[in-house]
Parts: sequence; structure tokens; C-alpha cells
Amino acid sequence: MAEALRLAAFGGVYSNHLALAAVLRDAAGWGAARTCCLGDVGGFGPHPDRAAALLRGSRVLALRGNLDDSVGHARSDCSCGYGDPRDRHFSQLSFDYTLAATSEVHRAWMRDLPEQHRFQAGGRRVLLCHGSPRRVNEFLWDSACSDAFLEWLCETHAADVVLCSHSGLHWHRALPSGRHVINVGAIGRPANDGRTGVWYAALQLGKGVGVEFRPVAYEHEALALEMESEALPAEFIETIRTGWWTTCLENLPARERAAGRH
Amino acid sequence: MRNAEPARSSGQSGTAEADREAGEFPSQPLHHLDSLWIQVAGTRCNLSCTHCFVSCGPTDTRHAMMPRRQVAERVTEGLALGVREVYFTGGEPFLHPEMLGILEDTLERAPCTVLTNGTLFTPASIAQLARLSRAARFSLELRVSLDGTERGAHDAFRGAGNFERAVKGLLALEAAGLLPIVTATNTAHEDPLVLRERYAAALRAFGLSRPRIKLLPMFQLGRQALRGSRYGATETLRGLPPGEFDSNRLQCGSCRAVTADGVYVCPLLVNEPGGRMSDTLVGALGSFELRHGACFTCYATGMTCANG
Repeated sequence: MAEALRLAAFGGVYSNHLALAAVLRDAAGWGAARTCCLGDVGGFGPHPDRAAALLRGSRVLALRGNLDDSVGHARSDCSCGYGDPRDRHFSQLSFDYTLAATSEVHRAWMRDLPEQHRFQAGGRRVLLCHGSPRRVNEFLWDSACSDAFLEWLCETHAADVVLCSHSGLHWHRALPSGRHVINVGAIGRPANDGRTGVWYAALQLGKGVGVEFRPVAYEHEALALEMESEALPAEFIETIRTGWWTTCLENLPARERAAGRH
Repeated sequence: MRNAEPARSSGQSGTAEADREAGEFPSQPLHHLDSLWIQVAGTRCNLSCTHCFVSCGPTDTRHAMMPRRQVAERVTEGLALGVREVYFTGGEPFLHPEMLGILEDTLERAPCTVLTNGTLFTPASIAQLARLSRAARFSLELRVSLDGTERGAHDAFRGAGNFERAVKGLLALEAAGLLPIVTATNTAHEDPLVLRERYAAALRAFGLSRPRIKLLPMFQLGRQALRGSRYGATETLRGLPPGEFDSNRLQCGSCRAVTADGVYVCPLLVNEPGGRMSDTLVGALGSFELRHGACFTCYATGMTCANG
């Protein structure tokens, strides 16, 4: 019988080149045969070209998130999908900085990235996407999605295993039908858990579906200093130093919001 | 799963004038039934707010309260269609004698949100809500309306004493770990960020440590329309070229509202001519013609009644 495919997957790099380097090292050490980035290379953090260059120089399969699409096409905003005016205010600050600091060669690369990717593993149809199978900027939160809805998404989009990101919090749901939905989270900012490290998903796709979320520490203080030197908002830097979200959190459902500090 | 019914109209139909106008309004498809709104308390409310878009009140019976079993059946019907989350509204949901039981039933199967005026909480009901929230697989959201950051403004809409009751309810909910969302109607067309920050500062001053805020525009519907604030001739989607219509902008592309009386296109139009679509959810999955002034408000502001 064929061995299980060892797949490492993460999303939301948000220009955090130091976390990206640490995650790539950890995934290689874990034995990942394939590594995937589910989009949003820029935003939030400093010097977006550094993460883009690192990702392009790796063998990572990268998808085009809403932010990559907006930066690539020089749109007016990040298309993150925030409804709250404070969230929109901070996401605009983040986007304006990222767009101005991303070189054309990386923007052209972002424009050409695929929005989704499909493959078969262990007899299952695996779908990789950024937000959800139906919308690049859809937030899928664990506590705000019924089983019925996730089953419908899988059924409609012909997938047995869906990997998504965008919301920034990692979770895994094994559905009654045997399908799986895995939000791989983001590595650009902590998971609003009071830890300064980040998380990515390590999957084993074989006879069964094994899902592990691996914590990765990185030089977060060095990143915070880079953010300060770039005059990025103090609220963003506080998140890097404390592990608690301070912005872009108004759309968190009650349970996920209660787990944070702010 | 979507049926092939012709588009329903949100305006008066059957007249020669309406027939001539047919096709001049954009038609909104239902992309998927994400949000199921359940008008669990019907049009019964303990308050008679001057701007209520459904004109609810203590003696209003246009929509009856929905029995617990009927709610469970509607939720089952919705989940079979892939519903993502359930919203409970009214009227005032906590007037319903079985509201806590209905939440217990539903939270096992889907995320739930209750829209309330926040005046009817008791220590016992808050303790029970907290227990339900802790035990549930999914999030329980409680949205409390606050139409102003001062007693005078809020009570002018909602009646004397209701500001203090709502704030007391908010504080009790937060103390129980429920992190309520304050629903604020932008009654004076303020800049949304300014309004939001004003609310956040006021709520912190009242003692709420982690205010969550949902802004809504004012709709010229129900009692608000009766007091003279109606949609003008230019507040319409009539004539919007099909090529310019964005069908991903409206909540009726992803919701339906059920009352004891049937299925409606959205929670805003449950008392408006043409808002009713069918007896069943399956029968209400067709497109909807956007004739109503409220459709203009939703489209122009990009608002949704849903959370987030």
C-alpha cells in the first residue's frame, strides 16, 4: 500500500519572512513531501518583498489570495471582506503600505498565481483554496459553520478534503460524511492565543486523513523591530509581541473572540 | 437544488403599471441559503419603537409566535439545504416562552444569533444562556440594539427607561462571558468609523470592557415610514443596467426569513408587499426582483443584517 502523502500547508504569510523561514525549516524537518501556501503573501508585516522572494525561491506551491490579487493588480483595497469600519481602517493602512513596498516583479508573480489547486491523494479529492471553495475572501470560522454548510461546500465543489485559510485561525472538522475541512490558519501573525509563535497544518493523506497543527517559534522580536522601523501601526506590533489580535478581529464569532484578550 | 421559478417581485404586482415595469428592476438570484432568519416571536414585542421597520408592538399579531416544534422543522428544512447559521428575531425573541429551549435545540446543529432589545433579561435567563453557550458546539451570539450612546437618544426611539435596561443587560451578558454585540442604527448618517468609535468609547465608559458593535443604516420601512420618512422616487434600483448590477452585494443572495406565516425574501421585508415568496424554503429559492426602496438602501450601503 502506498505511503501517506505528507503535506504541509499554511496561509497568511502577511510579509512575515522570519516566520515563513521558520515554518519552511520545520516542514522540511517534519518530512513534508509537498508544501503549500494558501495565499496572502503580503499585508500587515514589513518589507513584503522579503517574504515574496523567499517563497518564490522555495518549492512551495502558492495560491493567489485576495491580498495577492489586490496587490498584483494594484487595486484600491485588500478585498479582505471586513464589514466593520475599524477593521477596514487598519486593513487599508496595511494594504497601502504593502502595495507601495512590493516590487513589480513580485506583483506580476502574484497576478499569475492560481486561485485554487486540486489533486488526488489516498483516493480522496483534495481542494486547496484561500477563503473557501466558492469565494476567495470568505471567512470560515470553526464556531460559525454548521456541518450542513461545510458538507454542502464539499459536495458542491466536488472535494473530499478542503484546505482553506483567510480567517487566520486554524481548525479541523471531520464531517459526518467522512469529508474533512481544514483551515490551515496563518503564519503572518499569531493565532490570537497569547503565544508569539505561529501554527501551520501538517497532513498525512493516505488510507485515513491525519491532521496535526504544528507550533513554530520564530524571531518575533526581530520582526517587531523591523515593523517599528517601517512605522507600521503600533497595534500590529503589539500583536506580534503579545500573541493577541488587536485589529481586524471584529468579525470573529463569539467563541473565537472570547478566546482572545481584546 | 434551486428551483426555476420566475423572479418574485417585492412591489405590488398584477397591475398594468407593474407589468410594464417588469424587467426594469434587477433580479437577485439566491446563490445559496447561508443564513436562515426565523421570526420566532412574530411581531410581538414589549416595546413599540418609533423606527421599527416591522412595526412590532405588545399587541401586534400580524405574524404569530412560532411554536418550538415549527422552529425545529424550519431549521431541519434549512439544514437540508446547507444552511450555515440561524438568526432569531421578532418582535422580541425573549418574549417567547420557549426561547431558551429553542436555542438549546438549534445550537446543537448550527451557530445561532438572537436579536434582542435587551430589556427582558433576568439573572436566571442570563445564567441559562451562558450554560447553553458553554455547552454548544457553535457560537451563540446575542445582539442588543442601542440607538444612541445617551439615554435621551435611545429612549426617544424605544421608550423611557429602556436605555438603562439595555445597558444593564449588556453588562450582565458580558459578566456571564457572552460578549454581546451592540447593534447600532446610524440614525444621523454619521461617518461609520466616527460612529463606531463613539459607541465603543461610550460602552467602555458604561463598564463594558470588550464592546462589539454592528452598524446598520436606517430603513424607511414600517413605523419609520409611517412617521413621514419614506423612500423617494430616486431611491430605487429601477433602471440599473444589468451589466452594472453586482449580484454579490445583497444579503438576499444568501438568506431567507421564515415566520409562522411563510417564507420571505429577507428579514426586512416580512411586512412589505411582495416580500412573501412561498410556504416552504424549497419554494423560496428562486430569484427576487428588487423593487423595494429597502433594496436600494441595502444595495447602496452594502449592508447585511447578518453578523460581521
